[in-house]
Amino acid sequence: MPASLNLYALIAQRLGIALITLVIVSFAVFFATELLPGDVAQILLGQAATPQAVAGLREAMGLNQPAIYRFLHWLVGLASGDLGISYVNNMPVAKLIGDRLVNSLKLAGVTTLFAVPIALGLGIGAAMWRGSIFDRVVSMLTISVISVPEFMVATLAVLIFAVWLGWLPALSYGADVSSWATVLRAYAMPVITLGFVISAQMIRMTRAAVIETINTSYVEMALLKGASRRRMVLRHALPNALGPIANAVALSLSYLVGGVIIVETIFNYPGVAKLMVDAVSTRDLPLIQSCAMIFCVSHLTLITLADLIAILANPRLRHR
Amino acid sequence: MTPDRVSFRLPTPRGLGYSFNRVGRIGLAVILFWAVVAVFGTWLTPYPVGKIVDSDYFSPMSGSFWMGSDYLGRDMLSRIIMGAHYTVGIALTSVTLACTAGVIFGMIAAVIGGWFDTILSRLLDAFNGIPSLLFGLVVVAAVGSSIPVLVLTLATIYAPGAYRFARALAVNVNTMDFVTVARARGERTPYLILHEILPNILGPVLADLGLRFVFIVLVLSGLSFLGLGVQPPNADWGALVRENIEGLSLGAPAVIFPSIAIASLTISVNMFIDNLPTRIRDRSE
Repeated sequence: MPASLNLYALIAQRLGIALITLVIVSFAVFFATELLPGDVAQILLGQAATPQAVAGLREAMGLNQPAIYRFLHWLVGLASGDLGISYVNNMPVAKLIGDRLVNSLKLAGVTTLFAVPIALGLGIGAAMWRGSIFDRVVSMLTISVISVPEFMVATLAVLIFAVWLGWLPALSYGADVSSWATVLRAYAMPVITLGFVISAQMIRMTRAAVIETINTSYVEMALLKGASRRRMVLRHALPNALGPIANAVALSLSYLVGGVIIVETIFNYPGVAKLMVDAVSTRDLPLIQSCAMIFCVSHLTLITLADLIAILANPRLRHR
Repeated sequence: MTPDRVSFRLPTPRGLGYSFNRVGRIGLAVILFWAVVAVFGTWLTPYPVGKIVDSDYFSPMSGSFWMGSDYLGRDMLSRIIMGAHYTVGIALTSVTLACTAGVIFGMIAAVIGGWFDTILSRLLDAFNGIPSLLFGLVVVAAVGSSIPVLVLTLATIYAPGAYRFARALAVNVNTMDFVTVARARGERTPYLILHEILPNILGPVLADLGLRFVFIVLVLSGLSFLGLGVQPPNADWGALVRENIEGLSLGAPAVIFPSIAIASLTISVNMFIDNLPTRIRDRSE
């Protein structure tokens, strides 16, 4: 590594890459939705698409302008909070998304709150008692969860908690917020499902990070001088594994994006993902674009965050 | 016990270091089973796939309907067999496309290097920043869902990852002496990538192909589950779960068996790849 690449340069470089990625991603989203489907005016008018009507609508929507101009226009609008008008019901997209976004963030937030401590505990535990029954059971469960689609985790959770045990309502989401108990019940299934999906990744990565530190010679030294296994992991290995673990947490949270799409659809949860899936079936392109950008931005933020944490956590980069 | 006795070993797979352990063999057996079902499925179905043969719906397992019947009273076993056709067929085609494109460009980038490598790598890394299910949703929203669209979309989603993996391997091989010698001989890029690089990264690349196959099966099932993948009257396993999700509260086999089919395929591919002989998996090291 050249000496000029100090900490700040690395961070700046990473942020720069994130920004370029964002532009490319928005480019891809815009062109996938604007250019591939053919003439939007034709689609919108459907049966009523006389040549005059199509021409008029194209003029009114600004579709006659060059694509690159429309892209820049869209991008500037996006950056200033103007998300466009929905094709289907003529409402501003920002208004449609507003409450839904809060709902999705709530779901993601609550899941994170529960999943992170549990996953860290299990991951560190599995690393500490590596090779034990506990480790093997945890590893097998995580691999199983990772190898099956998210909707299967959801159907299994419904089968177990709602059908067999009868603890929770199955597929209903009533917006009933009259008491704590009902809110808790409504959130329980989506949170459980999403929690399983992201904790599985987190447990695996945390375990790998801790085991990697355990394999270093200074930790072995601690064991040799008589520290208990527990002390060796918690006092000697863990502080150095914190960086990789934080990196793993941020990276696993990016799985929330994919998980949320499935979970919201299954449980009929009124979030952005449900909105987007519905928009896909009505081909409401401005709405799809905005939702897609929201997901891409959150995904990108989490990935970049993970990288930044990895850079910041490496003390070798701090003193140059 | 004479010291000059010649030791003789047959060149069995075990002797050459290509044997699988038991978990790997179970995985391989399940994979082969689904492969056979996918290829010969059309002749294996006990009932016509689209035909309503049971007067009851969501009926339990019985002698005449081994896996029960679905929400219309169609035979589940036949539908799962045909589902294998779509799930395995689409996933295999996409993963082959993705890995072929990714590996070829990865090797070219490693051999040529320079600005070509930099620009391609940056561009494809940016592509990796799009969540896969989301990308599928956007494309399906734009062009509608059909099997060619699904195959191309899934291939596009997973090609950048294959590129990255192959490029990282190829860069290592590229620094070896035999590549330098070949280059000094005046061999051109196509020869270099096909005869010098590819044979040396093939094992890990195939292992990577298997893992990518699993991801593709997962995303395809996810899309179909959302109703945006394989369209009715055809159905892959994800679509079968979607169709019969109403039967979930009844604990109907119609929703459980397609799920088991997906899980058995993905888990056994993972098991197989995890237990590949190290000779194949880490050949470049």
